[in-house]
Amino acid sequence: MVVAGVGRMSEKKTVIDVKNLTVGYGDFILMKDISFDVKQGDIFIIMGGSGCGKSSLLRVLTGLVPAQSGDVMINGQDFTQATDQERALIMQKCGILYQSGALFSSMTLAENISLPLQQYTDYSPQLIKELVSLKLALVGLNGFEDYYPSEISGGMKKRAGLARALALDPQIVYCDEPSAGLDPVSSKLLDDLLMEINQSLGTTFVVVTHELASIFAIGKDSIFLDAAIKGIGGRGNPKELLKNPPNNTVLEFLTRGEK
Amino acid sequence: MTLKFKSDSDRFEIDLGGDFIAYDDNGAKEDLYRSLRRFRGKEVVFAATDLKKWDSSLVVVLFEVARLAEGNTVKVDWSSLPQNLSELVRLALEVDRKPEQKKTIHLPFVDKVGDWGIAVHSGIGKGGRFIGETLKSVWRYITGVAVMRKVDLWFALEDSSYKAIGIVSLVSFMVGLILAFVGAIQLKMFGAQIYVASLVAIGMTRIMGAIMAGIIMAGRTGASYAATIGTMQVNEEIDALKTMGIPTTDFLVLPRILSLIVTMPILTMLADLMGILGGAVVGVVMLDISAAEYWKYTLDAVKMNNFSVGVFHGFIYGAVIALCGCYYGVNCGRNADSVGVATTKAVVSAIVWMIVVTGILTWLLQVWGV
Repeated sequence: MVVAGVGRMSEKKTVIDVKNLTVGYGDFILMKDISFDVKQGDIFIIMGGSGCGKSSLLRVLTGLVPAQSGDVMINGQDFTQATDQERALIMQKCGILYQSGALFSSMTLAENISLPLQQYTDYSPQLIKELVSLKLALVGLNGFEDYYPSEISGGMKKRAGLARALALDPQIVYCDEPSAGLDPVSSKLLDDLLMEINQSLGTTFVVVTHELASIFAIGKDSIFLDAAIKGIGGRGNPKELLKNPPNNTVLEFLTRGEK
Repeated sequence: MTLKFKSDSDRFEIDLGGDFIAYDDNGAKEDLYRSLRRFRGKEVVFAATDLKKWDSSLVVVLFEVARLAEGNTVKVDWSSLPQNLSELVRLALEVDRKPEQKKTIHLPFVDKVGDWGIAVHSGIGKGGRFIGETLKSVWRYITGVAVMRKVDLWFALEDSSYKAIGIVSLVSFMVGLILAFVGAIQLKMFGAQIYVASLVAIGMTRIMGAIMAGIIMAGRTGASYAATIGTMQVNEEIDALKTMGIPTTDFLVLPRILSLIVTMPILTMLADLMGILGGAVVGVVMLDISAAEYWKYTLDAVKMNNFSVGVFHGFIYGAVIALCGCYYGVNCGRNADSVGVATTKAVVSAIVWMIVVTGILTWLLQVWGV
């Protein structure tokens, strides 16, 4: 299902193209036949109420759960039909920031961030060390190389998770509820960080969230997933969607049900 | 507290007075509800001028009154109640999603057997694939391309080696002691108590040492593998590995299986030794066998083939324990309860598979005359 766009920028290159995708588990269908595309350099928001299938859609986009039908094209390559090896190659260009940070608890922050570098590059240990320090500095965690995840706060874990997601200079970074569990100030700082990285490195972000403050602060483009229609209830810049809501469900969501 | 009610053809009046704290007078409540069910008038009203303290136990009554009135299409006038009390009832009544009642499906016996068969079939397939992936990881390790951190192997070796020495030694010593006790009772009847040394030596080295070390390590290390990897599943760490393109078997299973297949034969030898020492204590202290004599009979009894069979069992048990622990960890659900279930299944299945493997190996070794 394609919903007419509001205020979309169409001149940019498409990095993710989702065509007629159906997401679900067995007989339980969450999203049916949805299509959308993500442009290079955008911060693309996947929003919707709790239980509408945002995180499941992200799991399909990242290959953790197979699609029931349809295609996900990443830079023109068919991700859903790719072999494991092809997928691994595609995913080298993608980073993921998980809701919990998903840092490996038995490793220091430096070891966490160096893992994808060791896996996919032939860099010398010295260069990896320098890159790790740089990535940590980028997210404001300079000097925390030897800390374990259990020794830092929730907000810092998210930042360290972002540093790991950025380790291989990915073209696309997927973020699953980055603001979840953070206080408003930490949440805003993380939003600012995403925007700075987006502007300075040109990284495309696909952010799954239902935090309105984040949606309006960082979203350049978005889709609204509507559980009632099992599809996309709205598409476009979140601020534009608020001004010209395509339907009441989107308006209710974007105004916390106050209008 | 007082809960009174009266009704005429139009009005049903409920009089509330005093304190309604932890109100639990089921008799009075039932009388009220019964009368209300029969009431076919226009409205329910309250008189609550004497109402003092109240808690949720009163709201429960009012909520039920509201539902019964609604069922009989009778209007309820809440205006006489304190505002905060009527507000609470209004809040409780505001959203009624009327969810579908959960259906309990009672399957016929044949269907249950069928479901069980399908689950077993799918479990065998899943287990087979896991073993296949693990063997591929071992091959990648041999050819030097496995993604395994040496430090993880060292940690696993440390955890399954000297840290386990105390418990394996203690339990094996006690098993040797028990074996000697039980044997001595029978052998003494024939004046053959000296053969306690042979009984313990053969029993421990051939199988009991390996089994005891295996059971201890299944409960200690196998459970720890399932809990650690299961928690990683809950924390999305395994998702992170998958999306990074790192094989979970290389990264998580390989160091654990390698460490246990190295340490289990050593722990088996330790268990053998400690069991023999336990037997010696009974022999020397209770049966008046001299230490030298006991040692001589032990050495005579311990044949290389018995010893090798025990150590080989230890090696196999190591693989079984690591596979079960890692399999249930990797296939753990995404909540705390699942980690508990995975841990239990890892220990139980490791012990069951150890017994099954022992049965098969014993039969094969018998056939081959080892």
